Amino acid sequence: MFNATLNQFLFVIFPYAALAVFLVGSIYRYKNKGFSVSSISSQFLEGRKLFWGSQPFHWGLLILFFGHLIAFLFPRAVLAWNGEPVRLLILEIASFGFGLSAFIGLGLLILRRVTTPRITVVTSKMDVVVFLILLTQIVSGLCVAYFNRWGSSWFAAFLTPYLRSIFVFDPDITAISGVNSWWLKIHVVSAFSIIAIIPFTRFMHFLVYPVDYLWRSYQQVIWNWDRRTIRNSTKHSEGEKSTNN
Amino acid sequence: MDVRSQVSMVFHLDKCIGCHTCSIACKNIWTDRKGAEYMWWNNVETKPGTGYPTKWEDQNIYQGGWERNGDSVSLKGAGKLRGLKNIFHNPYMPVLDDYYEPWTYKYQDLFTAPEGNDQPTARPVSLVTGETMDVKAGPNWDDDLGGSPDYARQDVNMQKLTPAEQEVMFQLERMTLHYLPRICNHCLNPACVASCPSGALYKRGEDGVVLINQERCRAWRMCVTACPYKKSYYNWHTGKSEKCVLCYPRLESGQAPACFHSCVGRIRYLGVMLYDADKIEAVASVPEDQIVQAQMDIYLDPFDPKVIEEAKKNGIADSTIEAAQKSPVYKFVKLWKLALPLHPEFRTLPNLFYVPALLPSVGTVNNGIYNSNTNGLWGGIDTTRLPMKYLASLFSAGNTETVAEVLKRLMTVRWHRRNVTVGDVDEKTVNAALEDTKMDTATADAIFRLTTLATFDERFVIPPAHREESIEMLENTGDVKGNTGFGFKERPARGL
Ligand code: SF4
Ligand code: SF4
Repeated sequence: MFNATLNQFLFVIFPYAALAVFLVGSIYRYKNKGFSVSSISSQFLEGRKLFWGSQPFHWGLLILFFGHLIAFLFPRAVLAWNGEPVRLLILEIASFGFGLSAFIGLGLLILRRVTTPRITVVTSKMDVVVFLILLTQIVSGLCVAYFNRWGSSWFAAFLTPYLRSIFVFDPDITAISGVNSWWLKIHVVSAFSIIAIIPFTRFMHFLVYPVDYLWRSYQQVIWNWDRRTIRNSTKHSEGEKSTNN
Repeated sequence: MDVRSQVSMVFHLDKCIGCHTCSIACKNIWTDRKGAEYMWWNNVETKPGTGYPTKWEDQNIYQGGWERNGDSVSLKGAGKLRGLKNIFHNPYMPVLDDYYEPWTYKYQDLFTAPEGNDQPTARPVSLVTGETMDVKAGPNWDDDLGGSPDYARQDVNMQKLTPAEQEVMFQLERMTLHYLPRICNHCLNPACVASCPSGALYKRGEDGVVLINQERCRAWRMCVTACPYKKSYYNWHTGKSEKCVLCYPRLESGQAPACFHSCVGRIRYLGVMLYDADKIEAVASVPEDQIVQAQMDIYLDPFDPKVIEEAKKNGIADSTIEAAQKSPVYKFVKLWKLALPLHPEFRTLPNLFYVPALLPSVGTVNNGIYNSNTNGLWGGIDTTRLPMKYLASLFSAGNTETVAEVLKRLMTVRWHRRNVTVGDVDEKTVNAALEDTKMDTATADAIFRLTTLATFDERFVIPPAHREESIEMLENTGDVKGNTGFGFKERPARGL
């Protein structure tokens, strides 16, 4: 009974609350507190240690994120790939490797923050929260991969149905409550916690990852008002509203 | 032809006394804030020297600016794919120590120190960490060739000189220096704008000022490396990059930027240049030895009826065209050919031009008498203490001819004025000089006047910003017609 309530809370109520907070919070912050949305990079204060932490951390995490996304969106393709034991092994080992890379990177980043006085002064309370939750997320992920093999195969059976049920607003936790792994539960809950705290932390920066750079032109000229229209206009108020405001 | 107007600048290096008043004026207005203490949007360097940040001119270190790529140019160390790849760690980024660690002093200790045998001291404390620190460098610690083995000898432009030539420069009797005040060049082909992944940087269409939208900057820090002049700075406290804004709020209200206004040596000139925006890419991609000339050609003659017609078609106000005709920058750069861009080989097409300094020539000692007389018309230029190659490395992408031409013209003005005011030069010399540089006395007098006697309004010809139109930046005046003053929050409609 207790377990059922707990599961209900952790895997239904909490995720929805997290998603709601995420949506409302990040839209609000982006619209009203635009100035605060930044990756607040600290490379300017310390560059060398950052390289060894930031690169493995970000790339590891980025690839794992897309790995999870693919597993969620195309479970059948992943299962087909895993049909061959060698290929399963390759996938699992590679993913574990990226997990380790993120883990080591994060460790070095934490070490850097603690041991570099210049970085300590720009560390906020929310940065500590960010580090703790990322640590939880990555460690639990590694443990799931190690203790509950082979995740890439059972993801389709246990997590895909659950996550889909959440996103189509028809929550069904039978699949996930059947799993007997605390590591997995921690992993899922901390994932939703990360989503929930995005608007309150520097996590905001991955929402504004500048993909549009790829298709915009290099140079940007902004005219505050359309002089051509104003100069050539014969009517009094033909001016165009500025593109900058 | 796509005629645009650009607020451009000239600094006359012969007149700079290295007083740093400009830097202080700027600091007081714009960068006296947490996270910005180390920034000097205007800084004054001693040349030869390594500058601020250290060795900013060395693009092997910082990978700034553009490089030629067939018929076009591409960013040297940034760009779409490279930028997004390096977003987690930018390998070319200067860090705090490349500038200097800002500090203050514990002044209070002078009053509160307990009685003792020693004088109380005010120890320096870091403005970053708040800890006491040993001050190792400042933004202008190479002032007047101070610490020369560390600074002047490491000057990046020295690479263009042979070791023997360098050695000669550092003989005590030969040593010389000049100052190099620097601000953002508000380039026509700004590398900072092109490198910004979030599109936070932009060039204002009306006057060409390059700005960073603080709401859109996400601390990807690509502009810091991409600007070859290192004039985009990262604020470590706010997590936003900042740069010289050319005091645009002052410009818009008809005032000169603070560093221009306060300049003690009156070395600064500001005015409009009309240019053809269609040509930017072509000009930025010409071979190195043609780049100065190509850039000069992009600026248009504001008296040419065709240019005026095109300008009007493009919506440039009559008052701006008039300002372009009166522009001191146009005179120095185009008419008189006295001012050159700094490091044109970076290919950003900078809009700040420098009149190079006429430095003392080398003297000889004969029978214990120091003789600094020079032979012939241009002897002083041939034996100038800073090798021509050095000046060319600064101002003409290595073309010594270009710099020598400018110096000859400056020299001619001197010959002429010496003749007028003192009269101890013979007429023939003056005429030979005038002929050699294809100048007439009227031009020489005009140069003399603008260099030495120019009033405030001659030095700064600021085009009206047309506030009556710029209200349209904020709102469509048609929408708020019928309101008064600053308008109402709601339309003054009759209540229910
Ligand atoms: S000098 Fe640097 S910051 Fe200024 S416009 Fe040019 S590239 Fe941009
Ligand atoms: S205020 Fe003028 S004279 Fe003084 S250092 Fe600056 S540019 Fe040179």
